[in-house]
Order: sequence, then structure tokens, then C-alpha cells
Amino acid sequence: MTALKVQNLAKTFATKKTLFRRSQGGVRAVCPVSFSVESGETLGVVGESGCGKSTLARMLVGLLEPSEGTIEINGKALDNADPAEFGKLIQYVFQDPNSSLNPRKNIRQIMESPLKRLHKMPRAERDARIREIFDSVNLREEFLERYPHEFSGGQAQRIGIARALAADPQIIILDEPVSALDVSVQAQVLNLLARLKAEFGLTYLFITHDLAVVEAVSDRIMVLYFGSVVEVGKAEKIFASPRHPYTKLLADSAPVVGRPLTAPEQKGTELPDPLNPPPGCAFAGRCPRATEHCRTIEPVLQSMGEDQFAACHHPIEAREG
Amino acid sequence: MGGYILRRLVSAIPVLLGITVIVFLIMSLIPGDPATAILGSYATPENVEKLNRDLGLDKPVVQRYFIWLGNMLQGDFGRSFSLNRPVIDEVLERFNATLILAGTSLVLCSILGVLAGVVSAARQYGLADKVITFIVLIGISVPSFFLGMMMILLFSVNLKWFPVSGMYAIYGGGDLTDLIRHLIMPALALSAVATGVIARLSRSAMLEVLRQDYIRTARAKGVGERKVIMGHALRAAMVSIIPVLGIQAGFVLSGAVYIEIVFQWPGVGRMLVDAILTRDLLLVQGGVVFVAACYVFFNIAVDVAQSLLDPRIKT
Amino acid sequence: MMAFLKLLFRNRLAAMGAVVLSIIVLLVLLTPFLPLHDPDVTATADRFKRPFTDGHLLGTDHLGRDLLSRLLWGTRLSLAVGFAAAVIAAFIGSAIGITAGYFGGRIDNIFMRGVDMLMAFPYILLALAIVAALGPGLMNALIAVAAVNIPFFARNIRGITVGLAGREFIDAARLAGMGHTRIIVTELLPNVLPVIIIAMSTTVGWMILETAGLSFLGLGSQPPQADLGSMLGEARSALISHPHTSIVPGIMIFLIVMSINLLGDGVRDALDPRLRSGALSRPLPTTLVSRKQPVPDATDDLLAIQQLETQFHVGKRIYKAVGGVSLAVRPGECLGIIGESGSGKSVTALSVMGLVASPPGVITGGAVRFQGEDLVGASYETLRRKRGDRVAYIFQDPLSTLHPLYKIGDQLAEAIRSHHKLSRADARSRAIQLLKDVRIPNAESRVDDFPHEMSGGMRQRVGIAMALANDPDVIIADEPTTALDVTVQAQILSLLDDLRRDRGLAIIFITHDFGVVAQLCDRMAVMYAGRIVEEGPTDSVLRHPLHPYSKRLIECVPELGQGRRKLAAIPGLPPVVDDLPPGCAFAPRCPKAQSTCREGDVGLDRAGRRAVRCLYPEETLEVAAS
Repeated sequence: MTALKVQNLAKTFATKKTLFRRSQGGVRAVCPVSFSVESGETLGVVGESGCGKSTLARMLVGLLEPSEGTIEINGKALDNADPAEFGKLIQYVFQDPNSSLNPRKNIRQIMESPLKRLHKMPRAERDARIREIFDSVNLREEFLERYPHEFSGGQAQRIGIARALAADPQIIILDEPVSALDVSVQAQVLNLLARLKAEFGLTYLFITHDLAVVEAVSDRIMVLYFGSVVEVGKAEKIFASPRHPYTKLLADSAPVVGRPLTAPEQKGTELPDPLNPPPGCAFAGRCPRATEHCRTIEPVLQSMGEDQFAACHHPIEAREG
Repeated sequence: MGGYILRRLVSAIPVLLGITVIVFLIMSLIPGDPATAILGSYATPENVEKLNRDLGLDKPVVQRYFIWLGNMLQGDFGRSFSLNRPVIDEVLERFNATLILAGTSLVLCSILGVLAGVVSAARQYGLADKVITFIVLIGISVPSFFLGMMMILLFSVNLKWFPVSGMYAIYGGGDLTDLIRHLIMPALALSAVATGVIARLSRSAMLEVLRQDYIRTARAKGVGERKVIMGHALRAAMVSIIPVLGIQAGFVLSGAVYIEIVFQWPGVGRMLVDAILTRDLLLVQGGVVFVAACYVFFNIAVDVAQSLLDPRIKT
Repeated sequence: MMAFLKLLFRNRLAAMGAVVLSIIVLLVLLTPFLPLHDPDVTATADRFKRPFTDGHLLGTDHLGRDLLSRLLWGTRLSLAVGFAAAVIAAFIGSAIGITAGYFGGRIDNIFMRGVDMLMAFPYILLALAIVAALGPGLMNALIAVAAVNIPFFARNIRGITVGLAGREFIDAARLAGMGHTRIIVTELLPNVLPVIIIAMSTTVGWMILETAGLSFLGLGSQPPQADLGSMLGEARSALISHPHTSIVPGIMIFLIVMSINLLGDGVRDALDPRLRSGALSRPLPTTLVSRKQPVPDATDDLLAIQQLETQFHVGKRIYKAVGGVSLAVRPGECLGIIGESGSGKSVTALSVMGLVASPPGVITGGAVRFQGEDLVGASYETLRRKRGDRVAYIFQDPLSTLHPLYKIGDQLAEAIRSHHKLSRADARSRAIQLLKDVRIPNAESRVDDFPHEMSGGMRQRVGIAMALANDPDVIIADEPTTALDVTVQAQILSLLDDLRRDRGLAIIFITHDFGVVAQLCDRMAVMYAGRIVEEGPTDSVLRHPLHPYSKRLIECVPELGQGRRKLAAIPGLPPVVDDLPPGCAFAPRCPKAQSTCREGDVGLDRAGRRAVRCLYPEETLEVAAS
């Protein structure tokens, strides 16, 4: 069953009008993207800074109104950007665990609000539910009376996850949930997330810039570049046998123990100007395979063999085996 | 840069219009009618009605505003009944005197304040810091009019260093030294509070900047400490100090009202207070609009200075 | 609340202000019950009595009215009006500020345009205009003072609100189903309230001054009613003949305003969390040194860190950030220091050239020797000459580590000119050459760029160029690629690697990424809780980690190309360095820990090029070293 279906979702931020310049067009943060996530699946979303992954995530939970496109959850369209409507079905775990907890509220108050507001749960039931959730994220109950600044990053992130669970959603958007954490704690949180998914039958959208992490946790991975999906494929295949040159660049750039240090071939590192995007493929300027065709016609996602799609006029040949 | 200045000037137009609207609205709050106020309560109804017609007060509010605005744009601010001369002449003459006083004070408080703040920050918790902090605390706590009075008592009456009051240079044909002798006390009294405020702000701005990573970078490069403080740190701190200089200019201009009264300085502030007490409302209106407009242009100059300092501001 | 009061009264000046203000407020509250003369009864025969005359403690004024009585009644009035104005201004201003800041967009635009209009007036003009319209009188002066202060609160609170509204906990509240009103009241307001209180406590003194000022001009309280301003105004004509009538109310205003300012500063300091930790201290040019143990002997290494101990002294707490670290690099060698946050790796690096922020940092032991010369005990000038010349740094975030207001070319030139006499033109052409060396395209035009005009990768290249400016012997790179995207990181790393091979640079590379260490470094040291737990050639350590911590940490890191899997994790949290357990700091998290691990200090055992600080290493040290 399809848990989340997104069609032609796009966001353009209007540029500020000035006295002399009328607003023209605006900054395109996310070009129309379409994808779906099956129930129980983890879809990884990777991309570098400025690729639109956070904008995409905020639209999916209703925090940002899309400029165009539709979002369907369990076959039901959600077209008004109302976080309270979205909240029951889809929740969000934020990157910075400390900034996502109100410093002036204790953990019980933080945990209670989704139960109170979204589910109108009476007090006794709320307490039982919070206990249950805290138990499943391995947090001690006495933490409930403490304030956010008393927690380490890993604990705070677990509280953030607990809060998301309290809304009893089907889908959780994980926006760089472990980037702010140390390696030894990162693994704890990732394993917890995997266990919770099995326990509650959740569907994840896991956003990160860390290729190794996304590969370790995802079923499928979607690679974003400059607001567009450039490649989608199975986690175990996409970096091993990338079809889009950008995916290959990413995979080659990641530092790997035992691989000698070489800067992968590319012409520059600069992203195109979002105010004035080039015609054709946004990656053409950095791409060693780019031709005149790439600089004029924008490529669309096409099937590249089983379960792999890439938006490229000159895809890399599939690796044997 | 030229384009930026032009844009800022154009964007001042709505602000200036806003100022006239605010002043006009406040003035039309006045209970009773101004003609009675001018002519006194014994005036005959006929005279009141005639004056109202002469002043255009029988017309609707919006129309009256545009007539007033139109006249002002042509340089006609009306006529002061208490002084029996055009408002603009009086305002210009008085503003000249205020400008000398407030300008001197502003320069004084900017230099002294920033200097004190920098020294205080560079010697944090040292003797200099403590002394400066103490003086600054007194400076911002003492009312400028009281300070002025105490200065008169001490320096004029007891020590007889400076004249008690007045500014004879303009009217009495005195020379520059005479002007300076008259200017020193009021300018110092006027700049006391602003110096304190600027010194405090400069100190905390410097302390904030000194903790930044780029100061560590400068030190890691081997840049000498004097250059780190007076170059890297002060320059970055000026980004937050300059806007405050703009705000303090408003406070200096405001404080000038008290100082002009205490030192009998023939400036626009004293004129306004007298005008209010005699209910010469056209003079109040004209004076307020004129000074506020000048302040708007001063703030544009501050913004331009800021954009010259900080390349991150889009010009 | 108690903690707040405690904090407030620890500040002696604030306590003094509080005492003075309480006395004044108490006196003023008791005024109606004190045996005083009627403040408004005139007795021309008794005019201008000097202070301390019978029956008139402070003397009388020009109409023979008792000054003490008038002073107390006047103070009562001034305080009441000032506080009322402050409360009104704070309430209306904050309401505008929160609404504008939270909703943003058009509402923000309209509100703030209005506030800008009001702020376009020098405040007294607006107050004068209001008083002119409403007529002189204390009530009207109160309205005028409150009105002109509304923009101040509105702007201040809006700024804070905009910052808070962008925080993720507001998004989280919306996703928890809260409406706008509820978010403003329960999420925003508790966070804004301290700022409102700070703004009020620092401006109420000012508002008392302003109302007194209007009364002084004769536009506030009207005779015979007295407030402090009008007392001073009436006394002015007799200033020279009878100064006491002016001095008495003047000093009272001064006392009130000063005590309020002192108290206000105290409140601000106590409520502002940044000040709470003493973070607003200015860092000294070099880290403080207070070494009690003897200084270790010189070695023949290029750069040697010997038994280095660096601590942070915050209040009564001592954080042992670096607890006895010894490391050395040879020319052309790249040494990696790896550890999690709080392991002391960055502090070790900064200690080398005395760049640890101080206060609170103190180097309490050991030495750092460059070509045998001890830098820890060295004079500032010796240290400065070495900084950037012999030992250079590359820092983590190139946006915050480059000066935002200087062109990058000037920043490069300054690095050179701090150590070499060179003309401006020569320094500039050298700067362009440096930019070319770090492969910045169009170096001739980019030399005039400001840091904000460059991308993150380009900025870090500038950072590297700056480190190379004087051909140093050692470069210390403190997580130089952590803030960068992975494709940019690959380029920066290979640039660093080329440079060190071409120039024979020694690099100390600090990171938390095993992949980076593996690719770049010859040797590596693993730090945990301020100490080195393991050291050796990179390949050897990665393949045969000896310390249980290194072994488990390596297992935690997911590696590209291994597919979906469960990751190993280390239970528990790293210790806080102000409360280290005795014995091995890793023992509480270590599955192999025995009771012996929790007693006594564990030493660093060395064999060949490998070293480990563990009683029960994963493999025997000698086997791994061979």
C-alpha cells in the first residue's frame, strides 16, 4: 500500500519586492517532484546544502504551503497547509534536538501537547500513553519533570522522537536526525529508529547529507540536486552502481577507509544561481559528460533498469553483476 | 553607491509624509478650536469665525491636511501669531543655534563614548574599566537639566570660568572664541547621557566581537594585539555602534530642549516649549515637522555610512 | 525564582541599587503616615529657609513650603507616573512586537512601518506635540512618555520574536496541533517574557527621567502639585541665590534613576543566560598559564606537545578538557587526532599557540615545544611571531573565521605583513599567488571579494591560503571540512594532501571522521575525555584497534558500500570532564571493564609505534605493533 504519494510538488519563494524592482518569478527551491513511499518503507533523501531537501520536508508536513502539486497520505489528499490536520498522519523529527524543544517547558508538557491537541486524550490516558512511549524509546520516567537543557543531544533527540510518536502518526519525516550527534550516540539513535519502525509499523522519510548513514537505514534512496530528483533507486545499488553522474560524484567523494584520497573529476563546485537557473540540466556545469544537449533540454526521470530511475541524457552504463 | 543613496532618499518620501500625517493628526486632537485659543476667551463669535475662515479651519480635515502640506512644500509653514513673523524664518534661525549645540555634543559623545567603550572592553575588569563604568553609570543616571544647573553653580558662579548662559555670538556679533566659551558647558551637559549610553554599548559590542572566531583567526595569523583591538574588533563593533549613534542623535536633539532652557540657548527647543505654553500651534507644528525631517535625512546619512562599512548590506 | 534572586544579589552593585530603591519606595509608601507639613501650604514669611532649620529638615522653597514634605510627595508622584508609563509602553509595545514578529508578512510590514514612522521623530518632538495637543498636565505627560516609548519595545520584542518564531520548537508545536493564539501564549511568551522584563528594568529609569523632564519644562505636573521635575523647574530661577532648592530634588532624581539602573543591569545579567556562564569575558591575547609541575625536557621533534593539561575554570567548577596529552609531529608528517565532541581534541590544538579562550581557559601543566623551544611559558611577542609564521591554523567554519568586513586579499596580505616587511603591492601579488596555489579560479578578481561573496568551499580555500601565507612548518587543521558538503570536502582534502607533499608540511588534523583520517593521515591518536587512549600508524590502528573505545567507535561508523544493516552502538554517554571517574574514563561504558579499571590511573603503554591506555586491550600491544 502507498503511504505517501507526492505529485508535482514544487515550491517557489517569491523574491522581495523593492521600490524599483517588481517581483519577477522568485527563487525556485523545489522543482516539481513526484514520488511515493510504500507503507513500512524507509525512503532516504540525500543531497547537499541548498538542494531543497528541507523545503520538501516542510511541505510534506504542512509547515510550508506548496506552490503547486498534491500530497496524498493513505490515498487521502491533504491540500490545505494545516499542520494540525497533517500532524495526526505525519510527524517530523528535527535536526537540532535542542532547538526543537521549548526551553521553558518541561518534558511532560512537551509530550502532552500532541496528545491533548491532536487526540483530545483525557489526563489519565495521557499519562499512561506517555509512559508507554517513554518506555519504548528507552527514556526514564523521571525525565518527564525535567527541562530540555538538562539533556544531552542524544537524549534530547530521543525526546523529539517520543514527541513525534505521541501523535501516533503513520509516517515520520526524519530531517537529519543524527547529524548533530556524536558517532557513538548516532548509532544508538539509528538503531532505536529501526526498532520503533518495526514495533509501530511506521513509514520513514529519512533526510540526510551522510551517504553512509542513508545507505545503512534506507530501502530506497532518492538523490536531490538543485531542487530536482536526479536519481532514485534501491539503497544497495544506487551508490554501488550510480547511473547519474551526480550520484557517482557523491559516492566517489565520500571518504571511505581503505580508499585512496582523490578528488573526483568535476569542473567546479558552485551551484547554479537559484535566482537565474540555467536552462537544461542543472548539473551540466559540473558534469564531465555534459554536452550541448544537456545545456538546453532539461532531462526527465527515466527508468534505468529495475527500480532505478535517473534524470540524465547521458547516464553512466550499468555496472555488470 | 549613488544608486543606494538615491534609493534611500526615495524611500524617505513615505516616511516624511507619515511624519506630516502624524503631526497633523496629533494637532487635530486639540479640543476646542484654535481661534478661541488665539484670540482668548473674550473674543466675539464673529471674530472667531473670521479667524477660522482665514486659517481655513472651516474646511474638512483631509482637505485641510493637503492645503497645509501644499503650503509647506512651497516653504510656507504659516505665520506665528505670538512672534508675528513667518514660522519658517523663526524655525530656521533657531535651528541654526540648535544645530551648533547638538552637533558639537554629538561629535563629543561619539568620540568620547566609543573611546571609553573600547578602553573599557580592552581592559575588562581592570582599573580603567571600573573607573569608566562608574563614570558612565553616573552619566546616564543624572538628568541633563540638573547636570546643567550644577555646572552653572560650579563653573560659572563659583569658579567663574564660563558665562552663565546665552549664546551671544549669533546675535551679539561675538567671535568664535566667544561662541566656544558659551558652548562648552551646554555641549558637555548635553553629551553626558549619550556618551554614557554609547560607551556602554561600545563596551558590550567590543566584548561580543572579541569572542568571535575571526578574532581568534587574526590572533592565529600573528596580528599584533593593538591591531586586533583597534582594527579587527573595533571595525566589526562599529557595525552595531553606528546605528546607535543615529538613535543617540535623536536623544541629543531631544536633550537639547532642556539644555536650551537651562542655558538660555536661543534654539528650536526653547522656541517649541514657549510656543506650547503660549499655544502658538502653527509654530509647534512647523518646528516639529522641520526638525523631524532633518532627523530623517540624518538617519539616511547614518545608513549610508553603515553601508560603506559593511559590505554585506546590499547597495 | 530563588535562584534568580540569589544570582541578582550576588551582584553587589545590583544589591546596592535594590537597597537604595527599597528605602526610597518604603519612604514614599509611608509618606501619608509621616508627620509632615502639608506640601502645598505656602508661608511666604518662611521662604528659602536653609536645610536643617527647625521644623524644616531640608528647608523651604520660594513660597515657604516644606521641602522634605514636597520631596517625598513629589517622589511618590514621579515614581508612580514613571512606572505607569513603563508598564503601559511595555504592554502595548510588546503586544505589537510579538504579533508582528510571529505572523510576519503583511502584518509585520504594516506594524513596523508605523513604528518606523514614530521612530523617525526625535522622541521629545513627539512628546511635545502630544502635550501641545492635549495640553500641559501630568496625565498627558504620562501618555506622551508612554507613547514615545512604545516603538522601542515593539522593535526590540519583534526582533526577539522573529528569532524565536523561526526555531524548530514552534514548528513542533504547530505539528502538535496548537493554534496561533495558544502558541503565542504558551510557547512564545514564556521565552519573550525575560526580554520584556529586561527591557522594562533598563528603561523605567529613563522614563522617570523623561516625565521629570516634561514637568521641568512646565508641561507636566501643574502647580501647586509637585513632582520632582516641576520642583526642579520652579527652583531654577533661584538656582544661584538659593541652590539647595534645586539640589534637593535633583539628587533625589539622580538616586532613583541610578538605583533603578543598577538594579536593571543586575536583572539583565541575571536573566540573560549568555552572561550567566560568564561567557561575555573578553579572551586575552594568549591563554593564561599556571603550571605547578616541572616543565618536561626538550625533545628533537619539530613540534612536541608534552604532558599538556588545559582546564576551564568556570566559577568553582574545573573542567579538565585536556588531561596530560603528549604528541609529536615530524616534518612532512600528517597526524590525525580523532575524538567525539568534548574529547579535548580542539582544545589540545588551540593550546599549542595559546589560542584557548582565556578566561576561562588555563594551561595548568606540560609544555608545547616548537623546535625545542617551550611556547607555553613564552612571552606574548615570542608567541605572536610564531603564530601564522611557523605554526598556522585552519579552522572549522570558514564563514565565521574570516573577518566579514575585510576583503579576502587584505586578510591574506595582513597575514604576510604581520611577519614580513613587504610593500602593499607585493603583499597583494603574493595574496593572488596564494589564491592560485589553493586553486581558486580567477584569483586576480576574487582577491577583492568579501567572504560573504564566496561559497563555503571557496572560503575554506582562502582559509588554507591564509595558513600557507608564510610557508609555515606546521599547520594545525581543526575540523576544516566538517562544515562543508561531501563533494567539496573531497576537493579540500586532496588539496591539503598535495600541499603537504609538495611543501613538506607537518599537519595536525583534527576530526571526528574515520574516513577522513584514513585517507589523509599517516599516524593517528584517539582521544577520549581529555586523554589519548590510543596512538599509532593509521592503517594499523584502524585494522587492529587496541582500545575497546576505538574498536567500538570504529564499529559505530556506517561505511558506504556495506548496505542496510544494524549498527553497533556504544551504550551510555561520554563523561563530563568536570566530574571524571577515577581510573579509566571509558570504564562505565566498557563491556570488558574490571574493578581494577575503576581504580588508579591507567598509563599509556607504548611498544614500537603503537600505544594504548588500557589494562585489557583487544590485542596484545606487542602483537599489534609488529
